[in-house]
Amino acid sequence: MKRGLLLWCAALATYAFLYIPLAVVVLFSFNDSELNAAWVGFTTRWYGHLLANEALLQAAGNSLLIAFVSSTFATLLGTMAGLAMHRWRLRLLPFLVLTPVAMPEILLGVSLLLFFRQVLDLTLGMFSILVAHITFSIGFVAIIVRARLAGMDESIFEAARDLGASPWRTFTRITLPLILPGIVAGYLMAFTLSIDDFVITFFVAGVGMSTLPLQIYSMIKVAVTPEINAVSTLLMALTLTMIGLASRFAPEALRGRS
Amino acid sequence: MRAFSFWPKGDRLTRWLVTLPPSLFLIVFFLLPSLIMVAASFRAPGEFGGLAPLAERGLTLDAYRFLTEDIIYLWILAKSFLVAGLTTMFCLLLAFPVALLIARSPKRQRDFLVLLVILPFASNFLIRIYAWIIMLGPMNLLYSPVAVILGMVYVHLPFMILPLYTNLEKHDPALLEAAQDLGAGAWTRFWRVTWPLALPGVLSGSALVFIPVLGMFAVPELLGGTGDILIGNLIKEQFLDNRDWPLGASLSLGLTAAVLGVAALSVMLARRRSGKLGASV
Repeated sequence: MKRGLLLWCAALATYAFLYIPLAVVVLFSFNDSELNAAWVGFTTRWYGHLLANEALLQAAGNSLLIAFVSSTFATLLGTMAGLAMHRWRLRLLPFLVLTPVAMPEILLGVSLLLFFRQVLDLTLGMFSILVAHITFSIGFVAIIVRARLAGMDESIFEAARDLGASPWRTFTRITLPLILPGIVAGYLMAFTLSIDDFVITFFVAGVGMSTLPLQIYSMIKVAVTPEINAVSTLLMALTLTMIGLASRFAPEALRGRS
Repeated sequence: MRAFSFWPKGDRLTRWLVTLPPSLFLIVFFLLPSLIMVAASFRAPGEFGGLAPLAERGLTLDAYRFLTEDIIYLWILAKSFLVAGLTTMFCLLLAFPVALLIARSPKRQRDFLVLLVILPFASNFLIRIYAWIIMLGPMNLLYSPVAVILGMVYVHLPFMILPLYTNLEKHDPALLEAAQDLGAGAWTRFWRVTWPLALPGVLSGSALVFIPVLGMFAVPELLGGTGDILIGNLIKEQFLDNRDWPLGASLSLGLTAAVLGVAALSVMLARRRSGKLGASV
């Protein structure tokens, strides 16, 4: 089994490549030294520093609020789009929904910046970030909801109709409960995308408003400190918890990612 | 089209009620801004960012003249393609063994091995870049082209592994057994059976890596030196630092054209392949 061994080694190397850098970040978040270079001793003081970092806490609060609001709207609009795209042969809507998902983020970021500043003459801030996040999330929700619908046995609707249920009754009693896991998965996806987004937010945030990724970016730009390791570690722990919850309550969320 | 689904197909009113809200939202906040970008590239730059009033400066081809006059823009576009190409290649090299291993593992282990690929990908991408600042700093590799490629590969690797795995998982193991029975060695089996069948997966993975890398500005900005900027950095500079919005708009259109070209090419290659397969069967 020489070939099998070779495959194992190559795959193991890739897994190591994926995990070692993140492990180093976590490790140095507990290191009692200003420098991310050599192990000195164990400490949790960098986590203490985070609690005193008001700008960071404020940014985290903004991120959460933006994620809640934008993913709610994106789920509503994305579910409508997913339902419509499944039921009717449409031309414009699939183009509108799928293009923002496929193109480099920077393009949506700068075109929204241009639109908000030049056309609407809007002061950038919470509102512009919300609109931008809803715009890029709709497509992901729509794709997940449509995939859920496509995987269903359609004869169940026929049965409901044969038994005399009106379209509306069929929808609320059969369709909606059946696609609900897809909607929840879409919501979680939109939430994660929003809280994670850096590129688009970077262009539409303006000067006074910060989100967690923007704050981390400016921290990295200023200086590399173990405080960044600490906030990264906390975020990774949070993401792990989210994924754990998602796989428990909405397995589609994980499949939707891939 | 389905004759029967969750709602009567002929119900025009509901069709409009469901289709209109998402369509309107995306027309206003995606389609319209994209079209305005085209218009902006023909305008003159404002003094402090934005566009100069149309009545004063009118329409101009200046932004495009800049692009063609200075060879640096073409060079940076070419460099972006080079970086995207190298990143795609390295991602493919790293991803193939993992995808193959997962596809050939017992069914019960597959989900877990896939999860192991997704997990690091789920952490914020700034954190993943930051991890390389820490890794490369002591090695004296930071702020170099090598660091940029490494970071790009690291950030985009799952986009290659997952479509490859989805493809490889569907292969019929009987084909490899047949090849072996017919006396093909491991090398021949890979290049004559596995690789040709995997090409659609390779193609979609490559598109998923190549396109975002083409527009990426954060990786070169944080890991690269001043000479390592790509077209994404150039666009960012025009909109946020130099404040020449029309030039930024024309660069964005250049990037859009490049992306469309790559997407069209991958669709064309996929079609040609399936056509060939159809002819040979």
